[in-house]
Amino acid sequence: MATPTRYAPDRGLTVRMTATMFLLGLVFVAFVALIIGIMSAAHASAGAIIFIAVIFGGGSAFVSLFYSDKIALAAAGARVVSPQEAPELHGIVDRLCALADMPKPRVAIAPTRMPNAFATGRNSKNSVLCVTEGLLRYSDLTQEELEGVLAHELSHVAHKDVQVMTYASLLAIVAGLLVRFAFYSELFGGGRRGSNDGNAALLIPLIMLGSAVVYAISFLLIRLLSRYRELAADRSGALLTQNPSALMSALTKVSEGMNRIPTQDLRAAEPLNAFYFTPAMKLTRGGGGKSLSALFSTHPSLKQRIEQLEKIQRELSQPGAGNPRGIQ
Amino acid sequence: MGILDTLFGRTKPVQPKLDDLFGLPSAAVQLEAATGFKPTGSGSVSFRAAEGRPFADIQKEVLELLDMDNGKPGGGLPVEVTKDSYGYTWIVSNHLSDEMDALVTDLHAVNSALVDGGFGPQLLCTLVAFSDDNHRRLSLVYLYKRGTFYPFAPVPGSQDRRDNALELQVKGILGEDLKIEQDLGRWFPVWGAPGL
Repeated sequence: MATPTRYAPDRGLTVRMTATMFLLGLVFVAFVALIIGIMSAAHASAGAIIFIAVIFGGGSAFVSLFYSDKIALAAAGARVVSPQEAPELHGIVDRLCALADMPKPRVAIAPTRMPNAFATGRNSKNSVLCVTEGLLRYSDLTQEELEGVLAHELSHVAHKDVQVMTYASLLAIVAGLLVRFAFYSELFGGGRRGSNDGNAALLIPLIMLGSAVVYAISFLLIRLLSRYRELAADRSGALLTQNPSALMSALTKVSEGMNRIPTQDLRAAEPLNAFYFTPAMKLTRGGGGKSLSALFSTHPSLKQRIEQLEKIQRELSQPGAGNPRGIQ
Repeated sequence: MGILDTLFGRTKPVQPKLDDLFGLPSAAVQLEAATGFKPTGSGSVSFRAAEGRPFADIQKEVLELLDMDNGKPGGGLPVEVTKDSYGYTWIVSNHLSDEMDALVTDLHAVNSALVDGGFGPQLLCTLVAFSDDNHRRLSLVYLYKRGTFYPFAPVPGSQDRRDNALELQVKGILGEDLKIEQDLGRWFPVWGAPGL
């Protein structure tokens, strides 16, 4: 308890994340209430649709969580490398893991020219940290900047981001499936409707509408949560290396690199976007789409990320090291 | 990490464990009796320098403190400071082969100064070097965050090969004297570490 520490927790970020998760939970409760309401109206086909959507949605989320490392590596075309193949990369990861006292993830390299990195895996034992060849070779990052990027990714592993984001997305997956199923059953099941009472005929469009609203809201909230978790990983990464400046300059360099990349690579990278160090996709272009793209983006803006790191930089330069603030 | 920390994406900095370092002198005796490996008298503390003035000040104070007893019996040679290719700072303290206690005291002075300054989480490892009559080299590496030791034995004249048989032998010999890191995945190599 009495050990001096120089780490002040970021209350603002915690509060914003709590609010987001609370809203997500609220949508979840409302959605469950809607489903129970529909179930109690006891329309067999509506009940079956919901049941199937929950099974499929839950199943697919479970599979994607369980195989997240393999899926991501395959999608990125990445290969796990041994310490002999990439001694320097392993050396950096070894040391960061020893500093942070966490088990070392597997290390993989993806043969992409785009400079980027991601970490995935359902828990710290099965996690894998992947960097692109572009990050190692073409992005002219210094060793310290590369270390900053890796510390950011290791923070994602430590925060169990893959798990948290999968659970958070569960609702959106089920709601999205329901929209689709309800649409098809409306399309193909239309003939049978006459035999039932008119009340039940309204149920399926109701499911569709309700699910669509839930999907839209939870989608936005998940993106918001994702942006907060990126900021949290930046923060933890910078505190681990105690070198926020290197992470800042790495962010700037990598973001610049993004703009030079041919579009084919960008499209290939799309499914993995959420776990990347910086997003490879720009959602909207021009024409007042700026605030909208910020709303949909998985990553906070470069400006936001730099501002946060500058705050840490100032904390580290404050005098009075023997008399540190924020003793916890 | 607790569930709340996971939910909010917070990392608590890991504080180092310092006490187990004092098991080294008796372990060194044990090691020499069993294998013939003697301490070279050289040991080092490795840490990640933080940016900013406060850290630089602390580092300066530590060096002045260590160099104060130069030339006195047991005081050892002046300490060396080097930065390795991974950006970690190593403070190397050199003593005579039989001054293991003084060496450990020096190493402890460095790490406790960092902890007192609030930079405990920056400590990476400490390394004490040994060698035998055949000029084989061995070092015991202390992981501050785990509070455990592991042996690291580079094969002489080779860039990136470790003498795993020797390392496992040392693990068996010292298992009762020192807390040996049981997770072999954490025995990371420190090629070219200063003082090795």
